[in-house]
Amino acid sequence: MPEQKTYRVLIGKPGLDGHDRGAKFLARALRDAGFEVVYTGIRRTPEEIAAAAVQEDVSAVGLSSLSGAHLRLFPAVVEALKNSGAGDIPVLGGGVIPDEDIGLLKDAGINEVFTPGTPVEQIIAAFRSACETQEARRT
Amino acid sequence: MSEQILKGLRDRDPRGIARAISLVEENDPLADEILASLDDSLVDQAMVLGITGPPGAGKSTLTDRIISKYRSQGKRVGVIAVDPSSPLSGGAILGDRIRMMGHALDQDVVVRSMATRGRLGGLCAAAGAAVRILAGSGCSPIIIETVGVGQSEMDIIRLADITALVLAPGLGDDIQAMKAGLLEVADLLIVNKADCAGAETLAMDMESIAREGSGKEKDSAKVCMTVASEGKGIDDLLAAIETVDASHRESGERKARREKAYDLEVLDWAIEMIKPSIIKKIEEGGLDRKGDPRMQAVKLLEKE
Ligand SMILES: Nc1nc2c(ncn2[C@@H]2O[C@H](COP(=O)(O)OP(=O)(O)O)[C@@H](O)[C@H]2O)c(=O)[nH]1
Ligand SMILES: [Mg+2]
Repeated sequence: MPEQKTYRVLIGKPGLDGHDRGAKFLARALRDAGFEVVYTGIRRTPEEIAAAAVQEDVSAVGLSSLSGAHLRLFPAVVEALKNSGAGDIPVLGGGVIPDEDIGLLKDAGINEVFTPGTPVEQIIAAFRSACETQEARRT
Repeated sequence: MSEQILKGLRDRDPRGIARAISLVEENDPLADEILASLDDSLVDQAMVLGITGPPGAGKSTLTDRIISKYRSQGKRVGVIAVDPSSPLSGGAILGDRIRMMGHALDQDVVVRSMATRGRLGGLCAAAGAAVRILAGSGCSPIIIETVGVGQSEMDIIRLADITALVLAPGLGDDIQAMKAGLLEVADLLIVNKADCAGAETLAMDMESIAREGSGKEKDSAKVCMTVASEGKGIDDLLAAIETVDASHRESGERKARREKAYDLEVLDWAIEMIKPSIIKKIEEGGLDRKGDPRMQAVKLLEKE
């Protein structure tokens, strides 16, 4: 009966590719794990995603990319958040991402990186942990 | 931290506004200070427009177009988009914003998604407070988008000064069931997807239901036809909204509704506030579990 904290997250898809199966799958998995998921749809610019994340006051942002442009787009979202005074919001990213890019993304400020092989439980746990850290920082 | 949020709110900083809404929604101790800091005259004057109807009718698309029109008039627009929480997980997918992303970079369009959270009380309280925070930050109109099913969604629409019911052809039979209750609260009837087969029939249908409906202003319940996806019919819709607003302001209807909404929110807040202490008492094992649960509740409240 104790009321559990409900975390708000945003799932966005920056870039031009129009496949949002991965993003939608993730959104549904997070919903089923009790998250409130703001979904912003496909083909968004990093600036649009950051602005939405600020207005929705989410505790974490999840990005999906299948186009191969993640090395440019994911850090661009981190940058856009910083420019909106919201550099503290953790960014997680997933998609078709080669192993050698994972380190580069983390260096660029991406909190966690998921690949098609990552079990969904692990992804959800990573979102939960990112949200908890963010929430603790705020209070 | 609290100073920062209050200052952000005063400066209409997007982050400050967003944080303030969260803190109030979470019933944070800072909520009182936030709500007390709002500019009452802005809150009093703002127009709150409720848009309700079945899923897929085009409410979000329509909202997007309405935003554009009001923006072209130089108005700052707020949106509260409410979606139901999953009763199983408590989670929710809040997807209304997808249709409004064209305004994402416009700082004078403030969109906030909100889940119903299956609250016993609290939804009206949270949404009402969010509306006032947006109004206090200079937004008018403020649009509340909500799916027209379920009691909490019906309650929340009572926060609006004006309510528009959106229907569309081809949405199936559940509309029939919805019509009765919603037509009663609707000031404006909108048939969206006027580009689709069956729109004319639906409009005629609604017109006759509206005319039959007994009581208040039903003769004036006008049906607007729109094609939200193409931005058609929006000028007429805005004119109709303006007419209703002016008449409500003049007749005192607006004031009467606000008073009712005020009472509703007080009730809602009170339930929210009293719940934790009751839950605590139950958890602390203060129950002897003798007799019917109803008697236990009576005893519990007597001790309150
Ligand atoms: N043909 C047609 N489709 C529309 C119209 N307005 C919205 N839609 C489409 O209807 C679907 C549902 O729209 P949405 O705004 O999300 O509906 P909501 O669930 O009521 O918010 C989307 O695919 C829209 O593109 C319209 O006027 N005509
Ligand atoms: Mg919608």
